[in-house]
Amino acid sequence: MSMLETRNTTKAFGSLIAVNDVTLSVAPGELRAIIGPNGAGKTTFFNLITGFFPPTSGQIILDGQDITNRTATQRVKLGMGRTFQITEIFPELTVHENVRIAVEAASGYSLHMWTSRHDATRVRAGIDEILALTNLTTKADRLVGELSHGDQRAAEIAMALALKPRVLLLDEPTAGMGEQETYQVAGLIRRLHKNSNYTIVLIEHDMRVVFNLADRITVLTEGTMLADGTPAEIAANPAVQAAYLGTAE
Amino acid sequence: MSAATATRLESERPKGRPRPPQWTTGAVIWVVLLSAPLWLGFVGGYTALASHVVVMALVAMALNFLLGFTGVMSFGHAAYFGLGAYGTGLTLRYLSDSTWFAVLNGVLLGGIAGTLLGILICRRRGVYFAMVTIAFGQIFYYIAYRWDSFTGGYDGLRGFSRQPLGVGPWTIDIQGNGTLFYYFVLAVFAVSVGLMAFLLNSPFGRTLIAIRENQRRAQFLGIAVDKHIWLSFSISCFFASTAGALYALLNNFADPTSMYYTLSGEIVIMVVMGGMRNFWGPLVGAAIYVVLQDYISSMTVNWMSFIGLMFVMVVMFFPSGILGMLRRRATT
Repeated sequence: MSMLETRNTTKAFGSLIAVNDVTLSVAPGELRAIIGPNGAGKTTFFNLITGFFPPTSGQIILDGQDITNRTATQRVKLGMGRTFQITEIFPELTVHENVRIAVEAASGYSLHMWTSRHDATRVRAGIDEILALTNLTTKADRLVGELSHGDQRAAEIAMALALKPRVLLLDEPTAGMGEQETYQVAGLIRRLHKNSNYTIVLIEHDMRVVFNLADRITVLTEGTMLADGTPAEIAANPAVQAAYLGTAE
Repeated sequence: MSAATATRLESERPKGRPRPPQWTTGAVIWVVLLSAPLWLGFVGGYTALASHVVVMALVAMALNFLLGFTGVMSFGHAAYFGLGAYGTGLTLRYLSDSTWFAVLNGVLLGGIAGTLLGILICRRRGVYFAMVTIAFGQIFYYIAYRWDSFTGGYDGLRGFSRQPLGVGPWTIDIQGNGTLFYYFVLAVFAVSVGLMAFLLNSPFGRTLIAIRENQRRAQFLGIAVDKHIWLSFSISCFFASTAGALYALLNNFADPTSMYYTLSGEIVIMVVMGGMRNFWGPLVGAAIYVVLQDYISSMTVNWMSFIGLMFVMVVMFFPSGILGMLRRRATT
């Protein structure tokens, strides 16, 4: 049984086929990396999975349920958490407020005009747990816009975690980061994977991060799936070396 | 872009230092408002001017619920303000001599109109949202302007006046006593503003702020963004029409220019000048605007150019508004 599946998923923008007939399956608890050169259709593929736009053909299945025709908001409620290439946070609010909004949204309180003491206690416990998990407890009262890139990314991941996602999709979580911050974010992802057993799909350019973290790797080029396998298999695959690693390094 | 600018400004604040608590500003404002009739005469003011300030503060804070706390720009709020005024005036003129009933009708007329139109408006974003709000606003202006026999047309609606208020066994003479009327306006203002503060401190209010900050992130938290914007627009219109109802009582008059888009623009100026990221900012903006208008317009017909100049200077030098600037001073 897989947690996330795409079956012959295709997306065409006019005559440009951005994602071409991709079929893949991610097992529960797996950390899957999607790699490929710029313009390979990785982010488009993410947008199809999260419901940013519908596929031209094919299916998307979350935990056995066909979600191809669900909207982005419905998919979030079914357990799809996402972070973006450019960090999407609430910059003028504190870390605590950011996570609080996410926890309240996940609890279905977004339209509540008042909170009972019982609900407030539950929300507070949820926030504390997530802040601890993402190492942000000491920075809870800082404005997110003031934090380092690494901590902003951690805050974004914290918000996605508040949704108690069944699948966590991370679009280039270490993009634009220095050594130190990349290390910090990679450490967070590893903890979420190993200790908390999240199912994670990530797009990543940093090959050290990919080969250190991933259980399996999927390679996309020009919208098509070139290879799919364990890090060792991918590293040894001549087609991948020719098409991707050979030119990139 | 505005979010980025604001982030930069926030980061100029010494790191890790807490913002001064909001209640200090609130306490100062309430002392000033409650004591106004005592000292107003000494500085050349009068109670009708104070009532006018409070009324405009309410409509500006109502707009700020949408603009400052949901991040959506309406350029048509005068329409709902005007509907509140006409609803109140028409009730007193044709239906009843109960001030309470008239205010209720005014609030409902503007609030319900805003709620229904909001269904159509809330899917638009940015410039389109603003344009649609202007367009709908102008419709009401032309109805009031053209329907001579019912609304008084161009000359405005006359022939009604606020009636003494029945409160249980007592009657409060807000008709003849300007100071009592001021406190009546202030009481309605207090309830409205209290409700707004309550809503903004709820999960619903935080969600609105989340939408202001980042709609995409809000959407990917599973928040129904359009529905929240619609509700915020509706709530904002209810409070704008409450202000309009008080405005009709203040002047015993309702005129079509109170629905015209230039007034919508003036309300936006009050909000921005006072500081739209601040709960009390629009009140400060409204006070400065109304008082300047009153003083300068007695000296020159070109009073608007002075306000314009001041507006430009505030936007250039204190982008977080006058109250935002004062609070920043207090921190550093």
